[in-house]
Amino acid sequence: MARLTVGGSGRRALLIAFVSTVVFFGLIAFLVVNAPGWDQVRRQFFNWDNFFASAPGIVARFEVNVRLFLIAEVLILTLGLLVAVLRGLPGPVLFPLRLLATAYTDLFRAVPGLLVIYVLGFGVPGLRLPGVPNDPFFWGVVALTLVYSAYVSEVYRAGIDSVHPSQAAAARSLGLSQAQALRFVVLPQAVRRVIPPLLNDFIGLQKDTVLVSFIGVVEIFRQSQIRSSATFDFTPYLATALVFVLLTIPLARITDWLVAREKDRRYATSVRATGQRGRRGRFLGGGG
Amino acid sequence: MTTVSAPTLRIEALHKSFGDLEVLKGIDLAVAEHEVVCLIGASGSGKSTLLRCINLLEPIDDGRIFVAGEEITAHGVDVDRIRRHIGIVFQAFNLFPHMSVLDNVTLAPRRVLRTDRPAAEERATALLERFGLADKRLDYPDRLSGGQQQRVAIVRALAMEPRLLLLDEVTSALDPELIAEVLAVIRELAGEGMTMVIATHEMGFARDIANRVVFLDEGRVLEDGPPDRMFREPAEARTREFLQRIIEAGRL
Repeated sequence: MARLTVGGSGRRALLIAFVSTVVFFGLIAFLVVNAPGWDQVRRQFFNWDNFFASAPGIVARFEVNVRLFLIAEVLILTLGLLVAVLRGLPGPVLFPLRLLATAYTDLFRAVPGLLVIYVLGFGVPGLRLPGVPNDPFFWGVVALTLVYSAYVSEVYRAGIDSVHPSQAAAARSLGLSQAQALRFVVLPQAVRRVIPPLLNDFIGLQKDTVLVSFIGVVEIFRQSQIRSSATFDFTPYLATALVFVLLTIPLARITDWLVAREKDRRYATSVRATGQRGRRGRFLGGGG
Repeated sequence: MTTVSAPTLRIEALHKSFGDLEVLKGIDLAVAEHEVVCLIGASGSGKSTLLRCINLLEPIDDGRIFVAGEEITAHGVDVDRIRRHIGIVFQAFNLFPHMSVLDNVTLAPRRVLRTDRPAAEERATALLERFGLADKRLDYPDRLSGGQQQRVAIVRALAMEPRLLLLDEVTSALDPELIAEVLAVIRELAGEGMTMVIATHEMGFARDIANRVVFLDEGRVLEDGPPDRMFREPAEARTREFLQRIIEAGRL
């Protein structure tokens, strides 16, 4: 977790950083504003009347995306862990399970997510099998879960592999079964280590919920599309982008905080145990 | 199968290879109840491998191991049940870093023996107190000194009330000034009659504590005997050479 730093110390470094930033972004702003098509772009992308008119409808539709990614994330964290554990099972008898888990991750990481959404959202209901739902929201959740679980299982697996074998050996030597060693010793350490990459995938999932609009779910992107085509104006997309930014940035900070808290707890001094708080700040420091 | 007179540990013709490298070339060893046996020998002589085989952490290639008369290397034996009765302490401590000291010690009693939490914690606290670690019980292992961590690892093994305790060079990863506190714990256990097999480079300690010293050389038991004889007048030239090197290194 590299922290954003000025890259030096003292007032001089601060001043140089400030001037360089102003010049850099000023130059970009100057180029954009003086571009030949700027006036038209400004009218179509930064129409504040349209922005405020479309914003409430867009924000309201975001509820669909939130439901999509919350339901899918719970399923992903579960299925991803299951697949990761299956891939790590020992012994020749369980080879078919390992094969299945490996084939699954290979396939669903290879196929573009949008294609999975299309195939499941249009194809499966098209079979008209009795009892199979044809709700695009349902198939959207299924498709996102299948695609993201494949990635997340690899994240979990990397975490499991990062726990030194001596940990499992110590657990087994105390009489814990293989499953208990995994459950109480290996997985808790593995999961703690992969929280940042898991959050990374969670943010990716949040953004990919807009793909579900292609099979007919009216969510935030579809809503902004509707607004946009009614007014020939792209400002609703800007509002949509802003909603995602406002969601993901706090999430990234929360992860940083979770990681710092975990480190703080593990390396806390015994003074902490008697009630005094340790200094958390140093763990947020560069490279920490 | 269990007989009254059965030794706590009996090993017959144990062979173990890693790939083409034969590490144990037919080990025979018996350890009586309450006996403290120190394994000495150069690095690579097979001491650690032998201990890991006894605890079934390494599959063996040939031979048999009996604990209290029961063959633990027999086909279809429940290894988890066997390991409950054999404690092992590692050179690198291998404490669980995501758990407090107390949780490290109570994990196996709670999950394996199904002791309820209050009873397990009460017992763990008593053990920690005995070894001067009571004030550390809520700390995480990374906050402890090496000596404290190793003492916690010993307590963790003791919490399962093993009938046999294996110690694998438990002081080798410690700073010299921390070695004594760990050796004191082992000495106390020996005094209580704990049956132990100790792989060690601490020859002075081995001489003090062992009922019997076993010299391993290239995967074989070259000779064994009471520490007085082993350190004063070893029969084998290889043993003399080894001890000479140790003396030159200032470790005896």
